[in-house]
Amino acid sequence: MTDLTRLSASDLAKLISTGEVSAVEVATAHLDRIAAVDDRVHAFLHVDRAGALEAAAAVDRGEITGPLAGVPIAVKDVVTTKGVPTTAASKILEGWKPPYDATIVERLKKAGMPILGKTNMDEFAMGSSTEYSAYGPTNNPWDLGRIPGGSGGGSAAALAAYEAPLAIGTDTGGSIRQPGAVTGTVGAKPTYGGTSRYGLIAFSSSLDTPGPCARTVEDTALLHAVIAGHDPRDSTSIPQPVPDVVAAARLGATGDLTGVRLGIVKEFAGDGSEPGVTAAFQESLQKLVKLGAEVVEVSCPHFEYALPAYYLIAPSECSSNLARFDGVRYGLRAGDDGNRSLEEVMSLTREAGFGPEVKRRIIIGTYALSSGYYDAYYGQAQKVRTLITRDFQSAFEKVDVLVSPTTPFVAFPFGSRTSDPYQMYLADLFTIPTNLYGGPAISVPCGLSEGLPVGFQIMAPTLADDRMYRVAAALESAVGTFTPPAL
Amino acid sequence: MAAISREEVAHLARLSRLAVTEEELDRFAGQLDVILQSVARVGEVAAEDIPPTSHSVPLTNVYREDVPTTSLTQDAALSGAPDAYESRFRVPRILDEED
Repeated sequence: MTDLTRLSASDLAKLISTGEVSAVEVATAHLDRIAAVDDRVHAFLHVDRAGALEAAAAVDRGEITGPLAGVPIAVKDVVTTKGVPTTAASKILEGWKPPYDATIVERLKKAGMPILGKTNMDEFAMGSSTEYSAYGPTNNPWDLGRIPGGSGGGSAAALAAYEAPLAIGTDTGGSIRQPGAVTGTVGAKPTYGGTSRYGLIAFSSSLDTPGPCARTVEDTALLHAVIAGHDPRDSTSIPQPVPDVVAAARLGATGDLTGVRLGIVKEFAGDGSEPGVTAAFQESLQKLVKLGAEVVEVSCPHFEYALPAYYLIAPSECSSNLARFDGVRYGLRAGDDGNRSLEEVMSLTREAGFGPEVKRRIIIGTYALSSGYYDAYYGQAQKVRTLITRDFQSAFEKVDVLVSPTTPFVAFPFGSRTSDPYQMYLADLFTIPTNLYGGPAISVPCGLSEGLPVGFQIMAPTLADDRMYRVAAALESAVGTFTPPAL
Repeated sequence: MAAISREEVAHLARLSRLAVTEEELDRFAGQLDVILQSVARVGEVAAEDIPPTSHSVPLTNVYREDVPTTSLTQDAALSGAPDAYESRFRVPRILDEED
């Protein structure tokens, strides 16, 4: 019998809609797979077997239909799920059961998609390896001694380990795309404001973007279509129709890119990418040229300041957003002996509840926002953000999309970048510019380097999410998909 | 020259309501110095006349329709509270004994 965990979401949806398999069988196959392998992968922080089976049974009773009805999904633990533990991989929220669903979770439920559980991540989505999870790292299914990327390493690893056919991630500086790249899976960051932030535990509100993760481009597009679209509960949600990303992916899969102009960014050359990453990227570029695409070099002179600007803006917003964890309304309270003051209890709670990277970023953000430093740091970073946006706008006058490797290096061994936090930040070198600009970008597996997956990034103009799906699907048709060794 | 001193880190931690340990202060001071020296590069960009971008979506003053909707019940809102008393969040003392 077919192993249901190896099928694409698109194929699973067809089998369920024609009645060849039941949604309960599909959910059970994935729950059993999680039970069999997750002690080694540790992609999940919480598995909701009963909830997933109940949602699947509703589809089997014919109560819900739709393009992905019955296809199970894993959700990053920074997204609230009513009554199901949501921790953002932090001790400060251990055991917290949100009283409401995020908008994207509501949409998954309306689409009849059983939620298998909540996936591991760097604490509050701050990191590039899941090593900053308070509950221990996720192991990369390609090599269990290596990082699965981050912050959304759990979602990406769940896909690569066939524990789930689809997953939700969030991308603030690359947290969907970089894990996709290092696990050989697909991850898309939609246009900022294209997917609702309502119910996301906020890290950096002007950058946080939830998005779809899958093993194929078409599956990613199908999930994108389910979760995207205007939400009146998010004031930065864009009140415009979502581009038809599914049609664009199907068009791209025909393998014709005639007339499509791909921009390579001059300033990304000599960027310190590993030779194997550069080689896989260049080979893929040649394959796209064979499909009819044209390659144009463009200059984005301010991209070299994207990383410094990001690591001022994101910590500044985080220092403000994480003030809500005060030991009063939800989560941990530490040191409340009946004598200590509110302020002392608050400080002890935050000290006990936050991990080192979160504390570092709160302190940096507090510094960058303090009077006397504001203009030189946060204010200047916001001006650089304007210049980076202008670089994108002028590039998109000459090309349809920009392309680059997703991340400079393949999955690295655990512990190799935690002692110097700035070395970890370099993982986001190519993904961050897009977040500052607000446009969409996708990572697609394009080859292997030393037996480990390399990701190819496609960045598109704001609201032109369909464009990146077309190029991504064309690349996938040319290079195929990549399967990790058996666990 | 160091961008940030151990004393400054201690002061920022107090402002951030983080009761960091002496060991953390030692470790963070060096790490934050490396990070701040790196991010200070934004200062190399000539940007005097450039307007800042706080946000990539050109929307301002977004309002919803003025229609009442249901919100969380009191019980649901208090369900995650570390301490609650008579339908309220209960907090440690906020005033000194003599106040």
